[in-house]
Amino acid sequence: MTRTPAGAAAAAASGHSGSAGQQPAALPKRVLLQGRYEALAMLRNGEQLILAVVLPLLALVGLTVTPLLDGMGASRINVAVPGILALCAMSTAFTGQGIATGFDRRYGVLRFLSTTPLGRGGLIAGKVISVLAVLCIQVAVVSAVALALGWQPTAAGWLPGLALLALGAAAFTALGLLVAGTVRPEATLAITNLLWILLGALGGIVIPADKLPAAAQPAVGFLPSGALGESLREAFLNGAVDVGAALILLLWALVAGAAAIRWFKWN
Amino acid sequence: MLRVVSGISLTAERGQVTALLGANGAGKTTTLECAQGLQKRTGGSISLLGHDPATAGAGLRSRVGVMLQDGGLPPSARPIPLLRHIAGLYARPWNVEELVGRLGIDTFGRTTVRRLSGGQKQRLALAAALIGKPEVLFLDEPSAGLDPQSRQLVFDLISELRDGGMGIILTTHLMDDAQRLADYVYIIDSGRNVAEGTVPELLRRSPEVEAGAEHVRTLVFEAPSGLDLSRVLPAGINVSETRAGSYKVTGPLMPAHLATLAAWWEAHNIMPGSMSLQARSLEDVFLDISGKDIR
Repeated sequence: MTRTPAGAAAAAASGHSGSAGQQPAALPKRVLLQGRYEALAMLRNGEQLILAVVLPLLALVGLTVTPLLDGMGASRINVAVPGILALCAMSTAFTGQGIATGFDRRYGVLRFLSTTPLGRGGLIAGKVISVLAVLCIQVAVVSAVALALGWQPTAAGWLPGLALLALGAAAFTALGLLVAGTVRPEATLAITNLLWILLGALGGIVIPADKLPAAAQPAVGFLPSGALGESLREAFLNGAVDVGAALILLLWALVAGAAAIRWFKWN
Repeated sequence: MLRVVSGISLTAERGQVTALLGANGAGKTTTLECAQGLQKRTGGSISLLGHDPATAGAGLRSRVGVMLQDGGLPPSARPIPLLRHIAGLYARPWNVEELVGRLGIDTFGRTTVRRLSGGQKQRLALAAALIGKPEVLFLDEPSAGLDPQSRQLVFDLISELRDGGMGIILTTHLMDDAQRLADYVYIIDSGRNVAEGTVPELLRRSPEVEAGAEHVRTLVFEAPSGLDLSRVLPAGINVSETRAGSYKVTGPLMPAHLATLAAWWEAHNIMPGSMSLQARSLEDVFLDISGKDIR
């Protein structure tokens, strides 16, 4: 029996039925489909929804009824909201997405999807889109509640504010993927939740560095949480761009992204 | 670098089922994952539809379907929406309703994956691999966890796809799978392929007989232990007591041999507690070649 490679047979077959072979859907369609699928999965997950929307809203209310932020702006809520938006980015991009990716890796979902036309690149792009989609919903919900509670953002702050939020989401997505791709999913769950609490409380994200212990203040500005929180407050309170904080966020995104590419294990 | 696979050379053709048969840990999955581009190989070459899977893009991936051993399905997903999503990644996918009906997935189409039985998950994983109407289909242990009914369903579909021209490459440690499905079998042991051929070709490879292996049978019977059967049957027929009271007779058995044996039993007033006669199976071939049992 003679055995010829499938490739040779393929070359022969393509001569008369070139259009019969399967083709991938267009790249933007594949990526958008994956983004939508992952975003819906995230929104259907009760725990994720609590992390993404309920806890940030509780924090918002908490900060407006306590004197924690007094003396920093015209009103408590004006100081509180930018930090809450930063917290939303950390919830979705880092904790939510990191945990989902960690378990997808455990169950072989990443391996299977990387054999489909989506591929590894499409998978990552889909995750970024799903994070941005969920973040948009969070921003809409938090902003609506905040405006109803009397939030008065500087109009000039919206454009830099949203751009910085996207940059922060990129940095946190890269960090989430780095954790999810290098340790077991149970460890990812523990690490990302713990960091969410630690960075949320002490990382300069909702509580400005000025209100933290003096020893911690210089370090906080170099954390992605501190850089995002401070730069969003600068944008929405004063309509200004904190270039230093933006550069720190960019650096986190690049370094964590490179590390994730280098060390991410698909199985 | 751990060398799991070294010295495997194989070819799979369109319109055929090619089976990689071997014990667990023989290197079947590693071989498959290199061919799927999931693992980086350190040496050798692989051509899949004329492309190197390690560097291939979406174009090649759309023509290849993969069913992984661990399924690769998200536990929180529901079968039908998941299949619709995967179908969207292809330009001309299989009709989801049709495939779902074909594999009996419609009965659990809205149940979350984590609540499905092993066989249901396996059928869903097969559907996910097929949804893009691939030209080449990789199946890693396709019958694992399948009940007899789903197994028949899956085997019928695989045969039909093969007849339609799909090239199917599967791994299995089940001889029966290979014997029922495969057009061509590679026996893999310790990361090498140690034998290959069609099932009839492999069955003809016998150390006991040069020719006429199609007549080789194995007779197993239970009788009192310690019987001396060595001079009862002619040379060329092997008799052994595999464990106390269990006898195995192997060779090109003819009706006359059975009559001789039965006459000897009668003369010695022995009625076997049980007996079974089997044609030579791939299991025997594997045992002969590798010197060990498949499991």
